Amino acid sequence: MTDTPVRRERMRASWIFRPGVRSAVIQILLVALVVLIGWMIYRTTRQNIITQRIPIGFDFFWIESGFSISQTLIPFAENNTYARAFLVGLLNTLFVSALGVALATAIGFMVGIGRLSHNWIIARLCGGYVEVIRNLPLLFQILFWYLAVLATLPSPRESISLGNIFINNRGILMPKPMFGEGIGIVALLAAVGILLSLVFASLARRYRVQTGSKLKSWPITLLLVLVIPVFAFLYLKVGVAFDKPELKGFNFNGGLRIIPEFLALLIALSTYTAGFIAEIVRAGILAVHRGQTEAASALGLRRGPVLRLVVVPQALRVIIPPLTSQYLNLIKNSSLAVSIGYPDLVSVFAGTTLNNTGQAIEILGITMLVYLFISLVISFVMNLYNRRIALRER
Amino acid sequence: MKRSTILFSLALTFASISAVQAATLDDIKARGSILCGVSGGLAGFAQPDDKGNWNGIDVDFCRALAAAIFNDPTKVKFLPLTAKDRFTALQSREVDLLSRNTTWTSSRDTQLGFNFAGVIYYDAQGFMVRKSAKVSSALELSNTTVCTQSGTTTQLNLADYFRSNNMKYEAVVFNTADEVIKAYESGRCDVFTTDVSQIYAERLKLSKPDEHMILPDLISKEPLGPLVRHGDDQWFDIVKWTLFAMINAEEYDISQKTLDARLKSERPDVKRLLGVEGNYGEQFGLTNDWIVRIIRHVGNYGEIYDRNVGEGSRLKIDRGLNKLWNKGGIQYAPPVR
Repeated sequence: MTDTPVRRERMRASWIFRPGVRSAVIQILLVALVVLIGWMIYRTTRQNIITQRIPIGFDFFWIESGFSISQTLIPFAENNTYARAFLVGLLNTLFVSALGVALATAIGFMVGIGRLSHNWIIARLCGGYVEVIRNLPLLFQILFWYLAVLATLPSPRESISLGNIFINNRGILMPKPMFGEGIGIVALLAAVGILLSLVFASLARRYRVQTGSKLKSWPITLLLVLVIPVFAFLYLKVGVAFDKPELKGFNFNGGLRIIPEFLALLIALSTYTAGFIAEIVRAGILAVHRGQTEAASALGLRRGPVLRLVVVPQALRVIIPPLTSQYLNLIKNSSLAVSIGYPDLVSVFAGTTLNNTGQAIEILGITMLVYLFISLVISFVMNLYNRRIALRER
Repeated sequence: MKRSTILFSLALTFASISAVQAATLDDIKARGSILCGVSGGLAGFAQPDDKGNWNGIDVDFCRALAAAIFNDPTKVKFLPLTAKDRFTALQSREVDLLSRNTTWTSSRDTQLGFNFAGVIYYDAQGFMVRKSAKVSSALELSNTTVCTQSGTTTQLNLADYFRSNNMKYEAVVFNTADEVIKAYESGRCDVFTTDVSQIYAERLKLSKPDEHMILPDLISKEPLGPLVRHGDDQWFDIVKWTLFAMINAEEYDISQKTLDARLKSERPDVKRLLGVEGNYGEQFGLTNDWIVRIIRHVGNYGEIYDRNVGEGSRLKIDRGLNKLWNKGGIQYAPPVR
């Protein structure tokens, strides 16, 4: 036909209608638009900051902070810098998050498995726990625990005392052990002992897998972790004195104190996240094929060992990825601490420091980066573990 | 999307890159109202009543500004801000000014990028304790737990005072003033500290206000005043001189009641103040009768003090340092001429 060669000529002439070229052009335009918007934001911000003569830079870190913090894992006084305050806030966040993750996992596993129990009451109780906890906002739960903890505890002059431990609405006070010279060596020996016993445990497991006979590992672990450090402690005559809390006027002096804000935040975070973890655990267990349970029972295993040795190791493959998300949620939710006065990173750094220095952009940027970094580290570690227990498809 | 739409939006974004920031007064006139940053619920300074109307000395100041610009004191929108986010709100142009019982300090003037437009209330920091604690002076407060609000000069003054007197204390820091007073009432802390005017206001929230006492020690200077951003001199002048106008009006005995009589006065300084003579209002970018508008709709300094924190209010705070300079206090305004 006569028009086909003409049509083909026309199509080849307009190269801009080729799909490859079209998609490349659109992508370049999109990237240019994003870069343009980013540059506009940068330029407007810079203009605003110059007009208002707000300082830029990180020099504020080395200024004296001028305020004190109620819970510090490292020594901190009012004439320390903002950089040290940042460190204190960061350590507080990490501390409450680490304990929260451990507690939430323990409670979550118990509740999740309990919901699948054959005991009617336990199953319903666990179900009720999950439904109530998941459906109330976390901020309310934090405030509830804080008020519940504060309202029931007495004032310092009427503390509940168990020997040298005092419980009142300023916290739980206990004697602080103060060690003499040489405690560093003992601690080092204990740490090395723990590491060596872990190595020995994995060697023992490999031996058992290869030969089938069990190796009694507990005497060696006991020796490494307990006997040697204690022996060193006594041999080096490392003294230990106890700084007992004493009531002086309004409050107690001395001793170790756990503030009620920390307790309330810890309880609220762990119970809240445990509700979600319970459902993840339950999903993981239900995902394991029923044939596994039946086969294990046929081998003569009772319900406990079936769960522990057969079902949960396989369920972990389904549990670990959403569990990672819950851990990250817990770490980020710990920033709600500012509502009850717990000095975490957001309260100390993005709250007080921001207000005193006015450099919002730098401070918020750093805070976001810190949380991002912590979350990425946790995901990375959990992904390593996930890869180790994943099903290797042939 | 049509090619023309894409090209048009690109052209628009290029155009807005070189946009110049408009002056605050023009923004306000275009918007039709002033955005005023106030505190969230502080009796005497800024507090909404049960019908949602705001009352307070800071509120009245913003209403005076609205009266000066629009001849209508209702053309203000109040934005309640906590001590933590008040400064970022002003920096980012969310509000036109802060009338939020903020202390004038050097670092706020420089590092935060603000200009303080005067002192509307000369205050000081004090302590409140329970009468049952049997404390008569702040020097007996060693080893106590003190509740305070985050991001305030209170927090810093507290640290200074206890450090210079070698006293130990524990600070529990909360976000909002409500949380602080609740923690104090629940017994979490022994001492409640903030500016004395605020202590009076927060004491009203306690279930048994008579069981608490305010110690006589005043540990710092707290000049509270309105503030604006750096970089807008015209708006800074307007805010500054609105406060001075109200103080001058009280000095010349011009109040809401006496305004009409004073408008007929033959005294040249009164005529200048009320805009009968001269064009001082237009020099600000306002009308010449701007001070008349302020007095008619809101009142002079003595009237707003009385109505909100003085004898005519629940707080009944004595004027003290806030009296006029020729009556024993230190409120002094430069002349309008």
